[in-house]
Formats: sequence, structure tokens, C-alpha cells
Amino acid sequence: MSDNIKFLQGNEACVEGALYAGLEFFAGYPITPSTEIAELLAYRLPQRGGRFIQMEDEIASMCAIIGASLTGRKVMTATSGPGFSLMQEALGYAIMAEIPCVIVNVQRGGPSTGIPTHVSQGDVNQARWGTHGDHAVVTLTASNHQDVFAMTVEAFNIAETYRTPVILLFDEVVGHMREQLVVPQEGELALVERLRTAVKAGVDYHPYLPREDGRLPMSDFGGIHRYNVTGLFHDMWGFPSDKPQVVHDLIRHLVDKINNNVNQITKYKSYYLDDAEFILISYGASARSALHLVEYLRPRGERIGLLELQTLWPFPDYLVREKCGHAKYVIVVEMNMGQILQEVRRVMDQPQKVFLANRIDGVFITPMDIRNIMRVVQGKGV
Amino acid sequence: MEMCRIVFSGSGGQGVVTASILLAEAAVLYESLNAVQSQSYGPEARGGSTRSDVIISDSNINYPKVIQPNVLVSLTQQAYDKFYPIIRPGGLLITDTRFVKIRSKVDAQHQELPMYQTVMDKIGKPIVFNICMLGAVIALTDIVKTESVIKVLESRIPSNFLEINQNALTLGIQLAEVIKR
Repeated sequence: MSDNIKFLQGNEACVEGALYAGLEFFAGYPITPSTEIAELLAYRLPQRGGRFIQMEDEIASMCAIIGASLTGRKVMTATSGPGFSLMQEALGYAIMAEIPCVIVNVQRGGPSTGIPTHVSQGDVNQARWGTHGDHAVVTLTASNHQDVFAMTVEAFNIAETYRTPVILLFDEVVGHMREQLVVPQEGELALVERLRTAVKAGVDYHPYLPREDGRLPMSDFGGIHRYNVTGLFHDMWGFPSDKPQVVHDLIRHLVDKINNNVNQITKYKSYYLDDAEFILISYGASARSALHLVEYLRPRGERIGLLELQTLWPFPDYLVREKCGHAKYVIVVEMNMGQILQEVRRVMDQPQKVFLANRIDGVFITPMDIRNIMRVVQGKGV
Repeated sequence: MEMCRIVFSGSGGQGVVTASILLAEAAVLYESLNAVQSQSYGPEARGGSTRSDVIISDSNINYPKVIQPNVLVSLTQQAYDKFYPIIRPGGLLITDTRFVKIRSKVDAQHQELPMYQTVMDKIGKPIVFNICMLGAVIALTDIVKTESVIKVLESRIPSNFLEINQNALTLGIQLAEVIKR
């Protein structure tokens, strides 16, 4: 047995990925079903010189990682729905002030405290629009532990590349189940490190002046440059401004830096799409049930395929249109009332061929649940 | 190999979840098989009947829960009453004679083993009841090798408890071998 093969929970795979990516600071308030992330990092981070702080609540946790990130650290927090609600204000601040950070939401059923120990994927739209105002946001997810690891690393890379918060939207099934993880060797996955300014001490530094490629080199807060950070619209020095041009340019920049790079940010997996009449679109734990059904029906002659989305936001419009345009039926498989369904219908030329297979009772959707919807769609009854 | 779906059931504190994790870990780390383990959370995991699902296979495992187990282990009456109807026809049902009274015959091979009593007679400590059960499971199913489970025990169990765990595993294997003969 080699040391890099592990048998662990999805939450632990997330921790392994974060440490691989270079996580140095975690602040959080443990909450089911994300608790193992905080528990394990409280043990692991200090061992390698990092810092773990249990804060008084999720508002403070989010603010703590924002502050730590500004000083040059790679940071993360982890929570579930109720805590994610509390983080929304500071999440908007991190978007506005362009502060790299990773927020893990291991989803439970909601609204409110909801159903803590059961599975749901009800926070998809909250991840997109939970904080107010026009903005863009990056949200990644995964259905197995190898991908949880990879997407966690990717989240840190995207956060640093685009100076943005990145949300990792996992769920109770993937978070708690145990399976194999092969931890990649050092150097096997690329890591993006903080882009720091080359401007020397005593020279005017513009923290919010994008380079030609759109990236903004940072200066560790409290270091050699003094600058302002605010949630107000701000100029290139970071000072508040209400000049129409400044306001317009900043919001354009915040949205465009994500939306113009949708192809780089989009991660997905596809199974048997080329000749598929039936295409399932799914993500997270639901994609496991969808893939189970696909692997069961393919050898039985059903032309069925799966598009597994790993990037939920920005929504990959073009990808979905390209991969699913030829299908006779598209079924979105998710554990909510149709949050990704809305997106798929929005981007498809023929939204009437898009259907929903869901479960909203806290029970993990089964391959048979999906099969039953397929039969109904085909006019065969349940 | 055929995909093996196992449900371990009992009450919180009996160690059924721990035993199921040890088995799955042995399959993944020492036999290069795939395994997925998941368990019930929340109030039902504390007190009432607890359940842990394990799937072991040499191919990919997508849907991680067990609907119809090939192997069902029930260590309490409540767990047995709740889960015995879901066993796959022709499967294997393992219960403990001390805790479970049989309601009706199932369409499966049913082994009632005096695991608890044997542990108490030979070791005297109920905490290794679960490991005795694990020994019986691996001996009756041949799903993983004994050495693989021993390696997991060696890596997981504190050294001063290792010996009674190894003994309990052996007791479980012996109970199963009596039946197999």
C-alpha cells in the first residue's frame, strides 16, 4: 500500500485538497454536515505552521478570512446553509474588494436550520445571488472524493487568478461518505500563487488598477504599502468614489473578469453524449445516481448519456447548448426544486424538451427515481 | 468479482459503524478494491437503530447506498426487525443469538452466531463485540483476507488494545468456520 492512498470522508478529501493548495488560515464555526472540515483543520493546520481559529459565528469567520487573505495568506472557511446565509454580506465585500478566498458550503436541507443531517442541493441559487447587487461569482462542485480534492485545489487557483471568492458547493452525501482518495504527488496539480506587486516601498502603488490581462497584483496588507480597502465603489487607490465612470468601470470589471473567462473556469465531465437521445445533466452527489443509471442502461441498448457539471457558476451556457442540443430529451437531476433546471431551460433552444428529476425530502435521489421520470417523459407512465 | 453490498445494523455504541469502516478500508488499502461506506446520521445514529452501508467491488461504484444487501448484519432486535425484509434473496443474514429473536424465515442463508456470548466468555470485554462480528463476516463471505483486516487493526487501534481486538477477530473467524464445516 502506498501512503498516498487514503480511505476517507468527502469532507476530509476537501481538507487534503486545501492543504495541497497551500491553505494557511482557516476561520470557521463548525456546523453539520461540514463539521469534519473544521475538526480536521484544527488538528492539521497548526502542524504545518498555519492558523485555525474557531470564531463566534459565521459572520466573524468570513470577516476573519478576508482579513487574513489581505495579509497574503491562502484562506478558507467551511459551513452549511444557515452559516452560508450569515456569510452573504461579507461575501459581497470580498467580491467588491477583490479578495481571494474559498468558502465551502456542505449543503443540508433548508430554508433556515432545515434538516441538518440530510442531503439537499438547495443552495445553488443562494451561491449565485445570495449577496446583493450585480456581481459575478464562481461556484464549483464535485461528486466523488478525487474530484472534491481537485476542485478544492482549483477553487484556490481561481480565487488567486481572478482575485475573487470561490464557493465550493458540496452536499451531505459526498461530505460524509467514505471512499478512496489518491493524493496527487507534489507538483502533479498546478498551483496558482498570489500575484504580488513589483512596486517598491515608497513608490505609488495602485491596488485596484488592473494590468492589461485584467489581473491585479496585490500587496500584503500591513506590509510596505499603505492602501485603502472598502466595500464602497472605489478608485484605483481603493478610496471611495461615486463618479459614474468609476462606478461603471468597476462593476464591468467585477462581472467581466469572471464571465469573460467562463471557458477557463468551466469544469465538467461527460459520459456517452455523442449518440445520446436522453441526456441527464447533474452535479454533486446526484450525478452519482445519474451515472449509475447511465451505466446500467447503456448495455441494455438505451442511448443515454450524462453531462456532469463541476462549475455551476458562471453557468456554462455554451457548453450545455453544444453538448445537449441534439438530444431528444434532457433531464436535469438535482435535489432541489429545479435550480439548475431553470438555467438549462434558459440556454436551450427548445426548453420544452428539458425535464426535472428531483427529490426534496432529504432522501438521496436513487437511480430508480430518475428512471421513473424517464418513463413518464417517454409517455410510458411510472 | 460480483459487487458486494453489505448493511451493518445495530444500536449506537455497538461499534457497527467502526467495524464497517475497517472492512472497507481493508478492501481499499490492502486489496486494491473499490469500496464506499456511508452511514445514518443524526438522532437515529444515537440510541435507535444505526446503519452503515458498505459496497465493495473491483469496478467503479457510483450510487453509494445499499438498497438490497447481499449481506445483512443485525446486532439488535430493533435493527433486525427494521432491516430483515430488505435482504437480497439468496443473501446472507448474520444475527447475534443474545440480542436477536427470529421473527420469520427469510429467503437467505441465515447464520445465528453467539458472538456476544463468546466475546464475554473468552475476553470479558464487550467493546470488541464488533470486531468479533467483523471476523465472522470476513470468514463467511471471503470478501477480504484476514491479513488485510489485521493490517488495518494494527494501523488504527492503540497498541495496548490491539491484542484483544486481534483475539476478538479470531473468535469471530472461528465461529464462522464451525458453520462452514
